[in-house]
Amino acid sequence: MSNLAPDSPRRRLISDSLVQLSSVRFKEFIREPEALFWTFAFPILLAIGLGIAFRNRPAEIVHIAVVGSSPEASRVAAAARADSGLAVEVLSPDSASAAIRTGRVALLVVPQPDGRVQYQFDETRPDARNARLLADNAIQRGYGRADQVRVSEAHVRERGSRYIDFVIPGLLGMNIMGSSIWGLGYTIVDARRKKLLKRLVATPMSRAEFLVSYLVSRIALLVGEVVVLLGFAALFFGVPVRGSVLQLTLIILASVFAFGGLGLLIASRARTIEGASGLMNVAMMPMWVLSGVFFSSENFPKAFQPLIQALPLTATNNALRASMLRGAGWTVVGPEVALLALWAVATLWLALKWFRWR
Amino acid sequence: MSGALAVSVRALRKRYDDVVAVDGLDLEIPTGECFGLLGPNGAGKTTTVEICEGLTAPDEGDVIVLGRRWATDERALRERLGIQLQETQLAEKLTVAETVRLFRSFYARGRSIDDVIRLVQLDEKRDGRVGKLSGGQKQRLALACAIVGDPELLFLDEPTTGLDPQSRRQIWDLVEEFKAMGRTLLLTTHYMDEAERLCDRVAIIDHGKVIALGTPRDLIASLGAEHVVEFVLAGSSDSLSDDSLRRLEGVRAARRIDGNAWELRVSELHRTVPALLAELAQRRLQLAELRTHSATLEDVFVHLTGRQLRDE
Repeated sequence: MSNLAPDSPRRRLISDSLVQLSSVRFKEFIREPEALFWTFAFPILLAIGLGIAFRNRPAEIVHIAVVGSSPEASRVAAAARADSGLAVEVLSPDSASAAIRTGRVALLVVPQPDGRVQYQFDETRPDARNARLLADNAIQRGYGRADQVRVSEAHVRERGSRYIDFVIPGLLGMNIMGSSIWGLGYTIVDARRKKLLKRLVATPMSRAEFLVSYLVSRIALLVGEVVVLLGFAALFFGVPVRGSVLQLTLIILASVFAFGGLGLLIASRARTIEGASGLMNVAMMPMWVLSGVFFSSENFPKAFQPLIQALPLTATNNALRASMLRGAGWTVVGPEVALLALWAVATLWLALKWFRWR
Repeated sequence: MSGALAVSVRALRKRYDDVVAVDGLDLEIPTGECFGLLGPNGAGKTTTVEICEGLTAPDEGDVIVLGRRWATDERALRERLGIQLQETQLAEKLTVAETVRLFRSFYARGRSIDDVIRLVQLDEKRDGRVGKLSGGQKQRLALACAIVGDPELLFLDEPTTGLDPQSRRQIWDLVEEFKAMGRTLLLTTHYMDEAERLCDRVAIIDHGKVIALGTPRDLIASLGAEHVVEFVLAGSSDSLSDDSLRRLEGVRAARRIDGNAWELRVSELHRTVPALLAELAQRRLQLAELRTHSATLEDVFVHLTGRQLRDE
């Protein structure tokens, strides 16, 4: 029962029904205040929060404790205080063990009766290892160790290598994923549940135009989302966009089609919002964690990397970061965009094959 | 043209899992007729209509609509049909005009959006959100979407179910106007007054089969009685029998509904009622209730199936 008969009486480049379907989709979205909030305000609030949390702070103060009340303990504490990066307390053994258990101090310095100094710390914690290095250095100097090489420091804070630079492309990728999958999945399942899909296929409406209208309205909305988020990031955090606008546009389009296809696939058969929500979360949750939104996906074991790198959100984030932060060429960005295109073709094909119109 | 049938259905069967929804059903609807499918909920009306609308595939049987078949001419057929489904919820965030304009855009030719909105008397709500409309207004909007393509054949599935009397009459007026244009209509309903008022012919459907077919007038006449008398006795009625009631003047049929309630089908009300009162007085029986009404399609259904049509 194909609705795509070639003898369609309307032969315009863009048919009126596609225009109507897309504009209706667009209007329905912008008349939903909550959806507007989640799409536009939420990523900005998240970016502000993360930007404040990870802004360029002065080097962190490390808390340590010297244990005991002996003269030796006072001398060790005085030596450690010489490093301005250390906050040193002198504590009794009881309060010292409580302090390290709760993480209030990262390191205990315990002078031993035989004159040695023992460091007690959790060697799996980077800040504790750092505290040990700083404390040891300060104490050794206080006891007269001399530096053999003269050193100086120059601090580097380059735009494009800060955490906020890392996280903004990740937020953009996450937003494209969320709004595409939700935007398509939710509205289609809702229309099916309300028998609106059935009513529409009872008209001569082209089914292909119906599905395309979702992508058209999504892309129209995305222009706003991208401009707002990247504009905000550039204005307040100076996050760079080093690649060409064309490259960025193509990455985002490929991503919209990939996630739009995934959204359609998820919505292709579900009859209830609850069922579709579950599927959407199953699809999105692994990508939130694995695809390098807030921290690099390289942190996961090597064995998982082929799988992680094949996820559409990983491809989106990699391509966005390469383009925005490094101004990378098509040799780097191209394969990621190709992977997204593959996702788009596969999911759209399956979605059309399985789509339940009533 | 002898083939001027708008809808022709032969030996239609449709089964859902273990329920037979349509069980060998035949229909012929000439062009220009308003045809009603009347039956209780679950009789197979909606399945039958949705098969005619090309929304459900039959298991067996032959369906020809406007001289074409769904398998080969779906797109062309859709251009010529108007469809109103049971319980469609149109997008709540759109306005009335936006909704009608959207549906208009699907059809190659059709009526103007303003005309249709005026016809269904929603001018004042033109720019109002669909979500704010009353039930009757929503139903009129659904009707507007069904006729905006200027259809030759209009399908209405339970167009007035759940509406208040005034809204029902507004829908009826719209249907009358559509009929007056010489177009064909197939509507389903479980309201016999609706079928009697709107339909040229009705098919009474039960358990997926046509159990009676004809004009409302002929079907009612087939009862052989134009009036129905119902009465309820106060106290015991054991001394009263069906036979004694049947012997009363003008009574064609009598049956006990339950307990102390009886029903008579009557040809001459003005002779039967005095005779009934005399009979009861003679037997020293007291009336608790006495009602009469003109025979309706409801009575035809009860006569044919022994069950009530309405689910209320």
